[in-house]
Amino acid sequence: MTILTDHAERARTIPLDQIDVSDPELFRQEALHPYFERLRKDAPVHYCAESAYGPYWSITKFNDIMAIDTNHKVFSSDHTHGSFVLDDTTLNAVDGGIYLPNFLGMDPPEHDVHRMAVSPIVAPHNLLRFEATIRERTRRVLDSLPIGETFNWVDRVSIELTTMMLATLLDFPFEERRRLTRWSDIVTTRPGYGLVDTWEQREQELMECLAYFQQLYAERKKLPPQPDLVSMLAHTPSMQGLDDTQFLGMLVLLIVGGNDTSRSSMSGGALACSLYPGEFAKAKANRALIASMIPEIVRWQTPIAHMRRTALEDFEFQGQKIRKGDKVAMWYLSGNRDEDVIERPMDFIVDRPRARHHLSFGFGIHRCLGNRLAELQLKVLFEEVLERYSRIEVAGEPVRVPSNLIHGFIELPVRLHV
Amino acid sequence: MPKITFITADGAERVVEAASGVTVMEAALQNLVQGIDGDCGGAAACGTCHVYVDPAWTDKTGPATPGIEKDMLLLTDNVRENSRLSCQIRLSDALDGLIVRMPEGQH
Ligand code: HEM
Ligand code: FES
Repeated sequence: MTILTDHAERARTIPLDQIDVSDPELFRQEALHPYFERLRKDAPVHYCAESAYGPYWSITKFNDIMAIDTNHKVFSSDHTHGSFVLDDTTLNAVDGGIYLPNFLGMDPPEHDVHRMAVSPIVAPHNLLRFEATIRERTRRVLDSLPIGETFNWVDRVSIELTTMMLATLLDFPFEERRRLTRWSDIVTTRPGYGLVDTWEQREQELMECLAYFQQLYAERKKLPPQPDLVSMLAHTPSMQGLDDTQFLGMLVLLIVGGNDTSRSSMSGGALACSLYPGEFAKAKANRALIASMIPEIVRWQTPIAHMRRTALEDFEFQGQKIRKGDKVAMWYLSGNRDEDVIERPMDFIVDRPRARHHLSFGFGIHRCLGNRLAELQLKVLFEEVLERYSRIEVAGEPVRVPSNLIHGFIELPVRLHV
Repeated sequence: MPKITFITADGAERVVEAASGVTVMEAALQNLVQGIDGDCGGAAACGTCHVYVDPAWTDKTGPATPGIEKDMLLLTDNVRENSRLSCQIRLSDALDGLIVRMPEGQH
């Protein structure tokens, strides 16, 4: 608590040019909000001259983020300019990272071809097919949880459910599914944050991931097309001739895109229900509210804190001169707390009007491909939770991911009450 | 007040009235028409308001506009000639009686 009070004071008084909201430590402490509040008020398009990722602009207001996200002709995601996040090592062979090209890091027309190749995985008939499986698994996981005893919700619920989902999407050997969790975690990390000790270790594990999937690919290639992502890549005409790095890049996008994100909304949802027991009770009494409760969880948590673009030309924006080549970070975590667009933005409100109007899935051509699937998983989980428990209680300090990209949890000690 | 008919993928019809000047997406949201979400608030940036304009009305609504509307439709499954993002169709007396159909699911 004192840490957060210190941050509130510091955020109010620190000279603007010394604010660096990309510092992973601030995310570990969940200390970002007062800094974002200051930026939204005093410098909504803000230049940070020095950071671990070099100089970058921060966009912190809802509508400004929308304007940048939809202007893909000027603000590029393309991997040739670095990455779609501040840290270039996530996507490129710089400073120890490896090259992992994928369509979130591509501009049209290449982007569109890759995206359309895998988008059938979330077509309405596939979602319908998944729902029964998701419900059955969710029930089984919840039924295995202790009542009145503290356990780590992240591991027992969030990781378990999202990893099972991912295994289904990829038709990955079910018993080995925690390997997916591991690969997902190491893509977005650097050595020194507790997951890998060296860049070589990260690279070696990612190469194991590649080899594993090459095997699956070879098997699926011989079989007729099936509705899983590996089979889609093996059989879609436009995806023939991907080289190893392109194949790995695509896999990594599908693994990370669908994993860390859904995981952190499942955890964030539990935290929100604990902090706002009145809202939980409201939803329990009126189950129709699940339709607004789910997008509200996704907004409140904002599992992806930022996406970054690179300016392809000099561009004047809200009175600031963004130069060709500059990095521009769109802080969804801040835009989703913008009091000019969202009423009482810090609060979790299950019957929020227009709850779907949030930034967590991005906007424009890179808008999240898996948003409907993510919402489906969350809907089933929280329907079953509302059915079973009178209260979710977070019974200890959450441990958060030290990352300016993945806004999530490592540990969330939870106690359930019937 | 122009009238609009929304038809779902399985054929259910809803007729709503809305003021000239609002968009077809807004008319749907104001009247709680299921199947149009309008997540981006009308910026042609989410693709959750996709409709097929009845062939009798395509001349009056016009085709998708080049730029972000076309770019977004390009990425939408099952787009057709008469696909539009309904947040980009503004109602007027000329569109009184407009008929639009909805896809099986929104992006
Ligand atoms: C609550 C859960 C999720 C959140 C918050 C989330 C968030 C995001 C965000 C912020 C973007 C980038 C948007 C932009 O740059 O404008 C994105 C893109 C993407 N997401 Fe998600 N995501 C979630 C779940 C999923 C799931 C379950 C999948 C896979 C099935 C998935 C697959 C993707 C893919 C493939 C892209 C790249 C789209 C493109 O570049 O065209 N996501 N997501
Ligand atoms: S409301 Fe988002 S595209 Fe129309």
